[in-house]
Amino acid sequence: MVALARPRGARFALGVLAGAVATASAVALLAAAAWLIATAAEHPPLTALSVAIVATRALGVTRGLARYLERLVTHDAALRTLADVRVRVYARLAATEPVRRFRSGDLVTRLVGDTDATQDLLIRGLTPPLAALVAGAGVVTLSTIVFVPGGLVLAAGLVLGGLAVPLAAAAAGRGPGRRRAAANADLSTALVDALHGAPDLVAYGAMPAAVARIARADAELTRVARRDAGLLGLGAGASALVTGLTLWATLLLGVAHLGTVSLAVVVLTALAAFEIVAPLPAAAARLGAVRASGARLFDVLDTPPAVQLRPAGPVTAERGLHVRDLRVRYAPGEPWALDGLDLDVAPGQRVAVVGPSGAGKSTLADVLLRFRDPDAGTVALDGVDLTSQEPYDTRATISGVPQDPHVFASTVAANLRLAREGATDADLRDVLDRVGMGSTTLDEEVGAHGTRLSGGMRQRLALARALLADPRILVLDEPTTHLDPNTARAVLDDLLDATADRSMLLVTHDLAGLDRLDEIVVVREGRVEQRGTDAELRARPGWYAAATTLSDR
Amino acid sequence: MKPLDPRLVATTRSVRVHLVVAIACGAALTGLILVQARLLAGVISGGPATAALAALALVVSARVVLAYGAETAALRSAARVKSDLRRRLVAHVTGPAADPVTTDAGELATLATRGLDALDDYVARYLPQLVLAVLVPVAVLVVVARADWISALVIACTVPLIPVFMALIGWHTQDRTARQWRLLERLGGHFLDVVEGLPTLAIFRRAKAEAELIRRVTDEHRRATMGTLRVAFLSAFVLELLATIAVALVAVEVGLRLLYGQLGLDTALLVLVLAPEAYLPLREVGARFHASMEGVAAAGRVFAVLDGPGGPAPEPAAPAEPPTGAEIRFHGVGLTYPGRTEPALAGVDLVLRPGTTTLVTGRSGAGKTTLLSLLLRFTEPDAGRITVGEVDLADIPAGDWRRRVAWVPQRPYLLDASVADNIRLGTIGGDVETAARLAGAHDVITALPDGYATRLGERGTRLSAGQRQRIALARAFLRVARTPDAIVLLDEPTAHLDPENAALVRAGVARLLEGRTGLIVAHDGGWSGLADEVVALPWCQESHFAGIGGGS
Repeated sequence: MVALARPRGARFALGVLAGAVATASAVALLAAAAWLIATAAEHPPLTALSVAIVATRALGVTRGLARYLERLVTHDAALRTLADVRVRVYARLAATEPVRRFRSGDLVTRLVGDTDATQDLLIRGLTPPLAALVAGAGVVTLSTIVFVPGGLVLAAGLVLGGLAVPLAAAAAGRGPGRRRAAANADLSTALVDALHGAPDLVAYGAMPAAVARIARADAELTRVARRDAGLLGLGAGASALVTGLTLWATLLLGVAHLGTVSLAVVVLTALAAFEIVAPLPAAAARLGAVRASGARLFDVLDTPPAVQLRPAGPVTAERGLHVRDLRVRYAPGEPWALDGLDLDVAPGQRVAVVGPSGAGKSTLADVLLRFRDPDAGTVALDGVDLTSQEPYDTRATISGVPQDPHVFASTVAANLRLAREGATDADLRDVLDRVGMGSTTLDEEVGAHGTRLSGGMRQRLALARALLADPRILVLDEPTTHLDPNTARAVLDDLLDATADRSMLLVTHDLAGLDRLDEIVVVREGRVEQRGTDAELRARPGWYAAATTLSDR
Repeated sequence: MKPLDPRLVATTRSVRVHLVVAIACGAALTGLILVQARLLAGVISGGPATAALAALALVVSARVVLAYGAETAALRSAARVKSDLRRRLVAHVTGPAADPVTTDAGELATLATRGLDALDDYVARYLPQLVLAVLVPVAVLVVVARADWISALVIACTVPLIPVFMALIGWHTQDRTARQWRLLERLGGHFLDVVEGLPTLAIFRRAKAEAELIRRVTDEHRRATMGTLRVAFLSAFVLELLATIAVALVAVEVGLRLLYGQLGLDTALLVLVLAPEAYLPLREVGARFHASMEGVAAAGRVFAVLDGPGGPAPEPAAPAEPPTGAEIRFHGVGLTYPGRTEPALAGVDLVLRPGTTTLVTGRSGAGKTTLLSLLLRFTEPDAGRITVGEVDLADIPAGDWRRRVAWVPQRPYLLDASVADNIRLGTIGGDVETAARLAGAHDVITALPDGYATRLGERGTRLSAGQRQRIALARAFLRVARTPDAIVLLDEPTAHLDPENAALVRAGVARLLEGRTGLIVAHDGGWSGLADEVVALPWCQESHFAGIGGGS
């Protein structure tokens, strides 16, 4: 993760230097003051002290200034790095188009959190140790010049207190951290079950048992935390031990060998020096927490692209969409999601793909929208093999509404203009009219995930966007899912009105209102089982006839 | 924000115990700091070394033990405080008076676990440091005053300035910082929005263009943030400056008095060693203030929840036995949810006759679910009343009544527990497998890796919607097996299912309703084949269809 910050190296170096000056000047202040006082005790002329007096006063100001500079510089550098990292993560995600892997909102949230954690790492995890290293080296050098054994003792103390103790504490804390995370997860599950399931639990009188389960999880979490408190307390004790021992040893050695002035300087330096390593345990803990974030981040940055270009097949003069012997599976050894599927959509034809859940309908849509490569078979649009083209290029001709289309937290107009940048307000109003959103104002804010719109309106907006993009063929993946039956029917009617005379492939599990389509293709277990118009299929025994009877009843 | 949250201290006993321990530890540490300074000053200024070194070794050992003990005690207290708050929170939100609809379970779960973890910082780090920040400067001041009053004056003038400046700068920057945080959240939200919408952006060939936008937005955010930070960091600047300048002033002053023979070396050294100690705990408190405030904020959110609706519901004054096999009648029942102007139900008259099934139809929002909520006693009507035979439903303790209800919701919730536990829920006894067979769930369950003992995972994600619905049916079958005269309530049990699963569930529902008092609510008349009577919402009139069959 440090590599991510390399372009901002100079700024970070300046921040580290300022941080080192800040802490070192605090130690130097005490050392200078010790020299001043011990020398003054020998009653020299005042002029002999003037340099020390000026130095002491100057050092009194240095620390504040240096600290201020350090903070500004490192925050600026970290925020610049954040911009770099966000763009890199985003660019990578855009290339891998992780439709499936990141469909869960939770994963996306975590990924975004991980990206933002780099900022934290740089400010709190990396700068303090580096600044401590520089300042520590400076102070040890000063101490060694005055009294070699004192310098060595101090060096040993700083290494122990600044490196060994924080690392040991972080290592010892890993176990408690894991145990606590596990106990937290149990508690969280119990709590979510009790709250989300409250109606079911209350109705069946099971709430007391659910609350008892929470209490057990809580007791376990508390027990774990209390037991591990001692382990974490050891870190505090060890720090105190190293600090005290260094001071004691310095005094012991110094008393035997040094005069008052040197002794005062060396002992007070040792006393103040531990401020240098004080922030390190926190930094070590921070590094541990951020490491997991980093691992997840690099997992994304190292993912290969989801779609690769295949050698172009022969170009034919056939118009329309032709899918031949399409085979897709999600991993080697898994069953085929699509197992030799054939499909044709002639220009201007509207075709519905239906079938039970798990039949491979959405996999087909993913292949057509270029979110996934087929394992075998061809997909040709107007004679050109889609899989040999850049997704960016194929989407100019084949586009539509993916499953769960995203509505961005912006205005209606901004959401529409994604599809066509130069669209005029008149264009936008026209397309809204066509999908039955004529009464919507263009600058209406739709809220995060479009939550200010109703479910039906969200789907209509996504459809309007697809119409605005004006591809040669529209692919709509479950445009009426999550809608109540009445709304679903209304959306479908508007959809069919708006797409008259267009090539369209509609993937749906909802069989109501399909009589207006030119052809219906029933897919089961990755193959086409039946095809025909609504009337033909209803008349013929098979899945479609059975399913429509059930849903009409 | 106050340095000490009064409500947390007032209502949480474990916090008070912790404060007492923290004060004791703080007092001991203060004493050790003073003794250590005196020993150091004595040895450096040429005092007897051997005894002092031995004493110093003792002081060091005592500080080690104290550091260990105080940290351990503080962390244990933190665990106890969190458990305290969590238990109160849970008791409140799972109580019958809590509103399950408006409670955000995910948010509450986060608050009860990671949210409250922020209290560790407050309890284990901030509070002990706050105690030290009061004790140490005062103690140092007293000792220094006896040694050299001028130094004491310098310290006495500067130490109080630190909290004053903290507060001043805090007030000045608080608004700007808060604004900045909101901006930051919004911009962070922009990145999240764009990443979540990647497939959509990709389809419209905007994925690449958006990268430039991310950089621009983040850079704008940086410029705005740095503007705020330049002011916010002034606080740190002033605090560091005050502390170090004061030490420098004391050192020079003491040095000069020493030069003129007005002071002994050991006194001067004592003052020099102690002067920084007076500022250290104050600066530490400042450094921990921000992190600890997250904990206080989490506690504040817990208190906000505790102030909301929840806790135990009032039981009826004269509890009545629920009569069996009696007619259930709604007399002009109405309900308006708090904060709404439109009533969810108004003037509902409805009769559920024993042994017959009633179907209530209506569009979304017509009040169908509210009707079921009333029968399940999740809410109480605010107009009219519901009677069971001669008894008012409100007079029957909710728990007793619910034992006589078998309910199949629209989207049943499955616990992260075994299948058997999910079917059993609160029903004691009964044959789980028979219930599962009746519900058409047995084959699904035996196909799972551990059969009935299979753990279902978060929200039952192992199963499809249709399978989950059949588990919910099995619950109802088990309930009616134990309470044969239970009434059956069904909320659009096939609304979200594909046709095949819908047919399976439908068959189960038909078996469940046979010969029982039942109520189905649905958006249209698709269920009329199973109903003896059909009623349409909104409440226009009661239309009676005796045993109408099939067709739409």
